[in-house]
Amino acid sequence: MSAAAGAAGTHPFPDPSTFPRLLVHQARVRGDRIAMREKFRGIWHAWTWREVLAQVRAMACGLAAQGFGRGDHLAIIGDNRPRLYWAIAAAQVLGGVPVPLYQDAVAAEVGFVLDNADISHALAEDQEQVDKLLEASTAAARKLRIYYDDPRGLRGYADDAVLSCTQLQDAGRAFDATHADFFERALAAVVPGDVAVMLYTSGTTGKPKGVRLTHAALIAAARGGVAFDKLGPGDEVLCYLPMAWVGDYLFSYAQAYCAGFTINCPESAAAVSNDMREIGPTYYFAPPRVFENLHSDIMLRMEDAARVKRVMFDYFMAVAERCGADILDRKPGVPVLDRLRYALGTLCVYAPLRDALGLARVRVAYTAGAAIGPELFRFYRTLGINLKHLYGSTETCAYICLQPDGAAKADSVGMPAPGVEIRIAAGGEVLVRSAALFQEYYRRPDASAAAMDAEGFFHTGDAGFFDADGQLKIIDRVRDVGRLAGGELFAPNFIESKLKFSRYVKEAVAFGDGRDQVCAFINIDAAAAGDWAERRGIAFSGYADLAGKPQVLELIRGCIDRANAELAADAMLSASQVRRFLVLHKELDPDDDELTRTRKVRRAYVEEKYRVLVDALYSGKTEQYIVTPVTFEDGRSGSVAATLSIVDCRAAAVAA
Amino acid sequence: MSELQFFAEVLTGGLLSGLLYALVALGFVLIYKASGVFNFAQGAMVFFAALTYVGCLEKLPRWTGLAADSVLLVWLALLLALAAMLLLALAIERLVLRPLVNQPPQTLFMATIGLAYFIEGLAQGVWGANVRGLELGIQDVPMDWVLDHTGMIVSRFDLFAAGVAATLVTGLALFFRHSRVGRALRAVADDHQAALSVGIPLATIWRIVWAIAGFVALVSGLIWGARNGVQFALTYTALKALPVLILGGFESVPGAIVGGLIVGASEKLAEVYIGPWVGGGVESWFPYMLALLFLLIRPEGLFGEKHMDRV
Amino acid sequence: MAARAIGPVMLELRNIALSFGGVQALRGISFDVRQHEIRAIIGPNGAGKSSLLNVINGVYVPQQGEIVFQGRVRRRMDRHEAARQGMARTFQNIALFKGMSVLDNIMTGRLLKMRCNFLQQALYWGAAQREEIAHRARAEEIIEFLEIEHLRKTPVGRLPYGLQKRVELGRALAAEPCLLLLDEPMAGMNVEEKQDMCRYILDVNQELGTTVVLIEHDMGVVMDLSDRVLVLDYGRKIGDGRPAEVRADPLVVAAYLGNPSMPEGHA
Repeated sequence: MSAAAGAAGTHPFPDPSTFPRLLVHQARVRGDRIAMREKFRGIWHAWTWREVLAQVRAMACGLAAQGFGRGDHLAIIGDNRPRLYWAIAAAQVLGGVPVPLYQDAVAAEVGFVLDNADISHALAEDQEQVDKLLEASTAAARKLRIYYDDPRGLRGYADDAVLSCTQLQDAGRAFDATHADFFERALAAVVPGDVAVMLYTSGTTGKPKGVRLTHAALIAAARGGVAFDKLGPGDEVLCYLPMAWVGDYLFSYAQAYCAGFTINCPESAAAVSNDMREIGPTYYFAPPRVFENLHSDIMLRMEDAARVKRVMFDYFMAVAERCGADILDRKPGVPVLDRLRYALGTLCVYAPLRDALGLARVRVAYTAGAAIGPELFRFYRTLGINLKHLYGSTETCAYICLQPDGAAKADSVGMPAPGVEIRIAAGGEVLVRSAALFQEYYRRPDASAAAMDAEGFFHTGDAGFFDADGQLKIIDRVRDVGRLAGGELFAPNFIESKLKFSRYVKEAVAFGDGRDQVCAFINIDAAAAGDWAERRGIAFSGYADLAGKPQVLELIRGCIDRANAELAADAMLSASQVRRFLVLHKELDPDDDELTRTRKVRRAYVEEKYRVLVDALYSGKTEQYIVTPVTFEDGRSGSVAATLSIVDCRAAAVAA
Repeated sequence: MSELQFFAEVLTGGLLSGLLYALVALGFVLIYKASGVFNFAQGAMVFFAALTYVGCLEKLPRWTGLAADSVLLVWLALLLALAAMLLLALAIERLVLRPLVNQPPQTLFMATIGLAYFIEGLAQGVWGANVRGLELGIQDVPMDWVLDHTGMIVSRFDLFAAGVAATLVTGLALFFRHSRVGRALRAVADDHQAALSVGIPLATIWRIVWAIAGFVALVSGLIWGARNGVQFALTYTALKALPVLILGGFESVPGAIVGGLIVGASEKLAEVYIGPWVGGGVESWFPYMLALLFLLIRPEGLFGEKHMDRV
Repeated sequence: MAARAIGPVMLELRNIALSFGGVQALRGISFDVRQHEIRAIIGPNGAGKSSLLNVINGVYVPQQGEIVFQGRVRRRMDRHEAARQGMARTFQNIALFKGMSVLDNIMTGRLLKMRCNFLQQALYWGAAQREEIAHRARAEEIIEFLEIEHLRKTPVGRLPYGLQKRVELGRALAAEPCLLLLDEPMAGMNVEEKQDMCRYILDVNQELGTTVVLIEHDMGVVMDLSDRVLVLDYGRKIGDGRPAEVRADPLVVAAYLGNPSMPEGHA
């Protein structure tokens, strides 16, 4: 069918060094193995590597027929769908650059990228995304050719600038038939130094920057990880994280192309947990938030379970706590009796639990992006799930540090990844040099120059140090690390992550730079705190009401006391205990610019927006009235007003 | 023979007879699901079915002139008995259920008691009241193969009956899970009013369910009749189904199966292991005691749905 | 609002009167529904809206008047006949099978579409199996359309109210109706759920050309959604026309729209 398959006798690319070449390589060496699956209308549909190549070929030819060519940018926006992944490869074949966007970005954000990257072709998942692209391109008076995957609701779009993927690919096949060798020649012209993808960083400050990553850099990173975790064609990945995030590019695309494993597209975002159980991924990444949610789901369900089940669960979780992690790490010295108990527990509790979580077959699981609570981290490892940390950023192709099997721990992020050189600058900043660094920020020579020094080290902006085991420990962003008025170190993210280890605390913002003490804003977790209140018969009418309940404030105070105790144990940070706090009446929200799309707090913005509250925290008041503008989910705006109580906390005694 | 072997033999015998209980219980479950009523007449239907079969077998040579040992005769009798059950189902739907539609379940239950007396009377009126034997051509002898290989005594007839019951039970369970009629039946069982409002023909579902219950009654009647003779006592086999239903839940097909197995196994084991202590006869009351205990712990049965009464 | 063309009259009610004992629920109502239109019925509580819907699909038998559906004049509609002729409906108090899964509930909507006989069903023979698969595929399309893929196997009783309403719409759609009767499809929903429901109704109407008759209280929804509005008050028709006309009609305003307690637009 395809020329690549036809030329099976000789290997066209002995050392495939670009993604299109890797695709041809996989189609040749394992053409009949499943490359990707998609659940659609209740059924898993599958494509082999050879079929993927044929699809990509049709799409690339179609794009070429539409005038897309070398150096052009192709915006890709939507949930993880096979056609969107094919579009990445199709753009790359033509020497173009795919630019995946966050699917929940609003039109203005999309418009910024369209402008910044000078985009004239875009591939969207469905009507919602097409509408967004049309709105953004109309606002900017930009000519945009749009292709869509799901035709539902799009029949009425008579515009000839809007085509379905099917039409695009049909046109591509026709083009292919009349342009012999076009595809092969285009593919061969792509070199490792070409930019393979441009990913916009969410940017906690300022406008997003387009990070340009080359084939060479991404393949170096992907191969490093594949070798590190011994990934192979038998592995299964569920791709459910945003395609605009470097991790998804690495795990669902780059590594799949390098190792030849299978990626699986869930039916919808809501169906991820169902589909996870059906697929049973072997290689899995999730941000700490997902692990937290799964854990609190389990705990809630166990609270409702029959007594016999609960007793069994508690008993075997205690066994797991004692010896589970050691058994996972194959450490010697676990008593035979404990091994037997653990085996029995596997039968009765751990295996069913892993299965219910969809983690029954997981060999390697990673988390990153934020701190994860030590208890939580341990919980998964004791269940026999090989959860590890990784550390990296978009600029480093997702990898800087990785934890090897047998050396996972909660409070550090691992050893330097293969081929990565790390240096700690005088101010504590982590500097990185490797083959897997980004090329530049698109059209931002100033920012590129600021991030990369003369020796080729990338300045991560993170402050950290190597611990006794040789693992890197990250405490905060360099820029956020400050000093209290007394001169003690103040690391707000570190404090906030300690606070967020409580399941009742969804978000926290700590203040203290240049001040005499640390104070904090707290966002309660509506589900967990709501459930807690219901169980105690506390009536509440909504989020703001719940957040203001004295009992809830007391609950949060307990959480803060525990965090303070932990802070007190660390000599460097014991002065950072939280002395006063308030519970915000609304959830911090990306739509209100309070969080980034990846749910990081925009610290300066929040401090500015809630200036009155910060002042109240430091002025000794016991309550403060505030009116806040909000954006509702349907896009309308309004405002909410509330009087918030300010609560004092005890500081724990500092360990001598 | 070792202790373990003996235990296994008793257990096997119990489980095999348990499948027969499951079969009878299944008839109840089907009707309970579709009509929401405990069908008191199920036992009478078993009796009626068996009697009709035996009666036809007796009378057919005279009616048709076929030889008394003809194989055709057996099939003809079976067909006639089946037709009789079908007719009975149609009549019940038309004459009992339809006039009582929207009546409280108690009324329907009383109606099935009346129905039971009527069917018993009808059966004896048509075919006479004397006890008859029923021969299915399967000997109640130990299986040689099993005896040779495991040393356990397992009756060929028990195995055959269990096989028939198991096939029927699985077939019906699959049918109700995966077919249109099955889905309609579950819909009717879930909510009569909602079923009516989406246009599910209630009367048709009732007819189908009572016909299937009649078919199940025929199969149970043949097997029980072959073992104990076709006599009025057959109506009491239905009482054996009661503990099964309490254990398994009134509305669950898998519940009927598991309940049947538990009752079968436990009564045989109790007879052998508890019997000597209390002087025997345990088999006849043990299932009821078990059911009583169960009522205290889990009144909705193993597989039954929890009902929350709206206040 | 739409590219679809309103067709000829498909359903006409002539001088319908209905009473229960001494209560006159409907007094000489005449109105028609055209193909491909969205027809709203509004009116205060007890105005006879649900009764009218029940007359249309044969739950109630009117004492007077006639019903013309698909060109046939009838004294009354038969419930099963209505379903066979392509009417499907949802109910004010959701009538789903709470113990059955979302998928099974939607599949029950296809019962009338299934053709294989009982024996084939019982043996799950070729034709019955093929039929089951085809119906399942159709049900899956609806599940995708309503964006409830993740709930396919969930028992309906465990779903929140708004989603149950959505499943009930799905069951009605499974019958591939030409006339969809919706009894307060948005009652008890929040703003977001209402928007979703509006989108589904519009999509059904525009993509499949399904004619929709709906009872609704939210005037914002009615004005946005419907092509024509019928206004009832105490069993009488007091207004009939395009939303803007009805809104301007002094009789309607006096009886209903003028009522300050009435929800105006989004609450």
